[in-house]
Amino acid sequence: MPDRRPIETAPTGARVGSLFSPVSLATRDLHLSLGGNPVLRGVDLDVPRGHTLCVIGPSGSGKSTLLRTVNRLLEPDRGDVLLDGESVLRCDPNLLRQQVGMVFQQFNLFPHLSVLRNLTLPLRKLRGLSREEAEETALRQLDLVGLRHKAQARPGRLSGGQQQRVAIARALVMAPQVMLFDESTSALDPELVKGVLGLMAELGREGMTMVVVTHEMGFAREVADRVAFMDHGVVLESGSPEALFDAPRSPRLRQFLADVL
Amino acid sequence: MDQLGVLVETFFDWGSMRAAISDLLTTGVPNTLILSASAATAGTLIGLPLAVAGTARTRWLRWPARVYTDVFRGLPAVVTILLIGVGLAPQGLAVWGPDPYPLGILALSLIAAAYFGEIFRAGIENVEAGQLEAARALGFSYPAAMRLVIIPLGVRRVLPAWVNQLIALVKDSSLIYFLGLTADQRDLFRIGQDSAANTGNESALVLAGLFYLLLTVPLTHLVNVVDRRLRHGRRVLEEPAGLPEPVSPDTTTPDTADEGASRA
Repeated sequence: MPDRRPIETAPTGARVGSLFSPVSLATRDLHLSLGGNPVLRGVDLDVPRGHTLCVIGPSGSGKSTLLRTVNRLLEPDRGDVLLDGESVLRCDPNLLRQQVGMVFQQFNLFPHLSVLRNLTLPLRKLRGLSREEAEETALRQLDLVGLRHKAQARPGRLSGGQQQRVAIARALVMAPQVMLFDESTSALDPELVKGVLGLMAELGREGMTMVVVTHEMGFAREVADRVAFMDHGVVLESGSPEALFDAPRSPRLRQFLADVL
Repeated sequence: MDQLGVLVETFFDWGSMRAAISDLLTTGVPNTLILSASAATAGTLIGLPLAVAGTARTRWLRWPARVYTDVFRGLPAVVTILLIGVGLAPQGLAVWGPDPYPLGILALSLIAAAYFGEIFRAGIENVEAGQLEAARALGFSYPAAMRLVIIPLGVRRVLPAWVNQLIALVKDSSLIYFLGLTADQRDLFRIGQDSAANTGNESALVLAGLFYLLLTVPLTHLVNVVDRRLRHGRRVLEEPAGLPEPVSPDTTTPDTADEGASRA
């Protein structure tokens, strides 16, 4: 594994995701059309247990769609997604999603609930925990992302960076096997990006299996075990961050890197 | 000056008012409140599923909801009240006897449901698609996501409009006098009107109007309070005890100190 400079640590000494039990993730020949347009045209990816895959590529290349096929927010037309070698297509979608954490670009916290209730709602209604158990678990998780003191606040009272850390905590509190990040820092002011990326990096170091769709090339280079470059619904190139960023082979990737860096 | 005196006597004759005030207070106010509150409750309970049906993907839910709303919102309230109150009277007779009061409540409820349903539907459709996606991504089924997240969120956003409709309902409750009420079933309007007809003086009706204002004006102010509440969120009164103070309680720049700490 490449020697990596440690990026920011999360604002806590403890592990940020003490609950999870990560598994491997793979996609096999994924095809998906939306509204008649082919968005995924045969995507094969392998993310070993505990590894971080960063997916980069121009907008419209199918990155977000790819993430949504993993937890079946979208159903592929063809192909398969394997979690720990098992096809997700044979799982109950609602049970599957309880094991796959997802973080969105726009946070999507429930604005009418306090930060604490955002975390306890799935714990109580899906895991069947009592109010006390759920609050204890949720507060512990909030502590781990450094936001326990905001437990009673409404999400709207928090900065974007804090909201996104709560969203990560909400995903982590369900003890996921895999975490999916969909451009989770793209909606943040520049000065708030670091805290969220630091939390994600910390999670990767703790051994979470992660797929991170990102435009943060610095993050991809430092944190990813592998980087995949997507364009027009296929993975054009994938490999170690060094291989992709320092020696891109395809002209499309060279062009993309020239455009974003 | 004499004309003015006549006007004052017509509308503000203390004697006529005093004659009606006890009926207005002991019979009129309770009846108007019972009519409005029952119709508001039933209308909300019917309006919510109506709103959900109106946002459904299958036309077999959406279409009946549309028709219902168009009919009950499109008909004059009097027409609906008479059609139901008179038309269903035989059925009512079989169930609870010759009392038109429950049918009046039913008619008011069905009308209110159409308006409430449209208000709730607007609220539910106003909720960002990302909220449903986030709830589904956590593992909630579609019905659970709607029940726990989307509907509470959508309804909250249109509470001011809902209160507005409540005001309309309080006023429309006066229309059930068309069904013919016994003396102790009379609402504010009917008592005022009866008294005015008996005395040939409008003062009792003016007093009834004042009672309506007493009910509706606080509601109009409630709209503003609810609206402010929803805009700015409830004040956070209690922080969990024994926890470190927020690094930066200043909400205009809430994150800088926090994020800075993580960077240091």
